[in-house]
Amino acid sequence: MKLRYAIYLASAALAFGMLTLASTLPSGAADKVDPVADAKAFKKFFTDKFPKVKLEDFVNGPYSMNEDLHRQWQEKEQFPPYEFSLEMGKEMFSKPFKNGKTYADCFPNGGIGVRQNYPYFDEKEGKVITLELALNRCREANGEAPYSYVKDEMAALTAYMAFTSRGKPMDIKIPDDPRALAAYENGKEYFYTRRGQLNFSCAACHVQSPGERIRAEILAPALGIVNAMPIYRSEWSGMGTTSRRFTTCNSQIRGVPLNPQDDEYRNVEYYLSYVSNGLPISGPGARP
Amino acid sequence: MRNGMHKSALVLALLAAGAVSALAAGSEDDFKAAYAAAEAANKEAGKLRNQWTTTANTLAAAKKAADAGDFDKATAAAKEAEALAKASIFQATSEKTRWKDMEIR
Repeated sequence: MKLRYAIYLASAALAFGMLTLASTLPSGAADKVDPVADAKAFKKFFTDKFPKVKLEDFVNGPYSMNEDLHRQWQEKEQFPPYEFSLEMGKEMFSKPFKNGKTYADCFPNGGIGVRQNYPYFDEKEGKVITLELALNRCREANGEAPYSYVKDEMAALTAYMAFTSRGKPMDIKIPDDPRALAAYENGKEYFYTRRGQLNFSCAACHVQSPGERIRAEILAPALGIVNAMPIYRSEWSGMGTTSRRFTTCNSQIRGVPLNPQDDEYRNVEYYLSYVSNGLPISGPGARP
Repeated sequence: MRNGMHKSALVLALLAAGAVSALAAGSEDDFKAAYAAAEAANKEAGKLRNQWTTTANTLAAAKKAADAGDFDKATAAAKEAEALAKASIFQATSEKTRWKDMEIR
């Protein structure tokens, strides 16, 4: 009798132990990474939240959220503030390096109309390659010093490359490579992770609060946010690249920014670009 | 009366202990220890890729106060920096799983 009781007790304890173990397994183990479903849900979230905004208009950031701002933007586009940078980029793009080669030699289709394919996952290197990174690598491969990732020359070059790709739908591929899927998932994790003393994630502003004001600014929706890069920001009194946007977002929430083009930033750009697939390239953009 | 004397002795002892600890807080050695602890915690936050700008600013303020010889202020700032660094570590650690709560699905 005692033995039977002990067996019952041991089995109950074992079952309880199994249950506890199952509940403490990392949630990631049960979740399969599904970028196609993610992108679908991402678009649905924003189109449900803003039923009046056309899908392709999300790339216009705060201007898609507010009628008055939209009108201001249309007027601004008559004499766009990024025009100087665009001209500079065009000139730089065609000017040969000391060795006689140009940027066109480093990119498919001579670098014209290819912005929508960046960032891409390089299977040889096992990492995400952004347009900014590819431009600096092109320079270094041709014996030139790399540019700062955040503004001026880099903004000018990416502005020109975006301009030649305007209207083309973002077309980011995730190859059948577990490292590519991991880079995508890490980018997603970065996007939703709260950081800085203000305890904000990228999503806290650009998913939870697009269209809302944060002090004098109207927050842009995350959907299509990278399609408009690089941007002229009145707040910066100048142009800024994707790298500038990420690093300043971090410091604004009192987090120490990482170095431009660190893996985290490359991965988050990969994630954000992928979930914006199908939306047109609109860069260079202008923002308040 | 005797009881009163005991009480005042106790008060004196407490005051003395307070004075000693206040003196101790103002020493250069205590500042150095507090600063080293804060730096170590901030380094740990760096490994988690989650340092806060306020930690760096408070560490700088501690250093500045110490350079000016104000070890009371320097030690207090170093302790605050350590608390900030520890909060950033807590944030990074808890967000390892919590980020999923915010995900669009």
